[in-house]
Amino acid sequence: MEFNTNFILGCSAIGAGLAVIAGIGPGVGQGIAAGYAANAVGRNPGAKSDITGTMLLGQAVAETTGLYGLLIAMILIFVKPLAK
Amino acid sequence: MDMGILLSADQEVDFMIHGIFSYSFFGHQVWITTTHACCLIVMLAIMIFGFIAGRKMKHAEEVPSGFQNVVELIVEKLDGMVDGTMGKNGVNFRNYIGTIFIFILVSNLSGLLGLRPPTADYGTTLPLGIMTFVLIFFNKIKYQKVSGFIKGLCDPWVFWAPINVIGDLAVPISISLRLFANILSGTVMMALVYGLLSKVAYIWPAALHVYLDMFSGAIQTYVFCMLTMTYISDAMGTE
Repeated sequence: MEFNTNFILGCSAIGAGLAVIAGIGPGVGQGIAAGYAANAVGRNPGAKSDITGTMLLGQAVAETTGLYGLLIAMILIFVKPLAK
Repeated sequence: MDMGILLSADQEVDFMIHGIFSYSFFGHQVWITTTHACCLIVMLAIMIFGFIAGRKMKHAEEVPSGFQNVVELIVEKLDGMVDGTMGKNGVNFRNYIGTIFIFILVSNLSGLLGLRPPTADYGTTLPLGIMTFVLIFFNKIKYQKVSGFIKGLCDPWVFWAPINVIGDLAVPISISLRLFANILSGTVMMALVYGLLSKVAYIWPAALHVYLDMFSGAIQTYVFCMLTMTYISDAMGTE
């Protein structure tokens, strides 16, 4: 069955939109990390710089899965692998 | 149709890598791209700074002032970061970590000057990830010997070895993709703002630049170096 290029591009756009739903997970995870960091600073204000560094590192690692979704979306929209 | 998938852009949305000129290398067509050019500009800037700093430090004063202060501050901060993370083994890695830190940081910030950041090209970040991988592997063999390496490979059980191999190979890929995707997303978003909203894009995009280029770039630089150091000191083991 032969598909129209425009149809494939439209479906790619829908797929890209679905792919960036991956952003939900990192959002929740980073929020939890920031919440616990705030908690920790409240308990021990002296260790603020250490806590901030650890929090940012953990958040950046948690962000990776969301970035994979973003990359898939960008590849679908701009490289158009399915429309070739 | 080319950009029809986007909104009606009144200006071409442009964040791709462009070829500047191509040449023939043993029968292959090789392109010199904007990434190479921006990388060279970044390297040139760092080299000039390093040259001036080196000359200045030859005639260092007892009580530092002005430029010497800045140079000493940078070196002290970088050394402190490496020593704080790697402990007593940090001395051997100050040079490497400091070098990649400065390179990645200046590359990420070069988006502010209208360059396309070299780190927004997977061809730049993958070699950085591979260098990290080689360092991890080398230090594992050096400090834990081959026996410890094999023991670590079959950690809970012998049949876990393939999973451990995949876990080891995922390190350079994830570390390079993280840097690449962060900087690329910043570049793409700024290109979209300037391309689609070019009529109203005055002054307020500066706030986006602060977040997407400076904050994100600095955080990702820090994260890349921290992860590299953590993995390396993990590979050394705790003696």
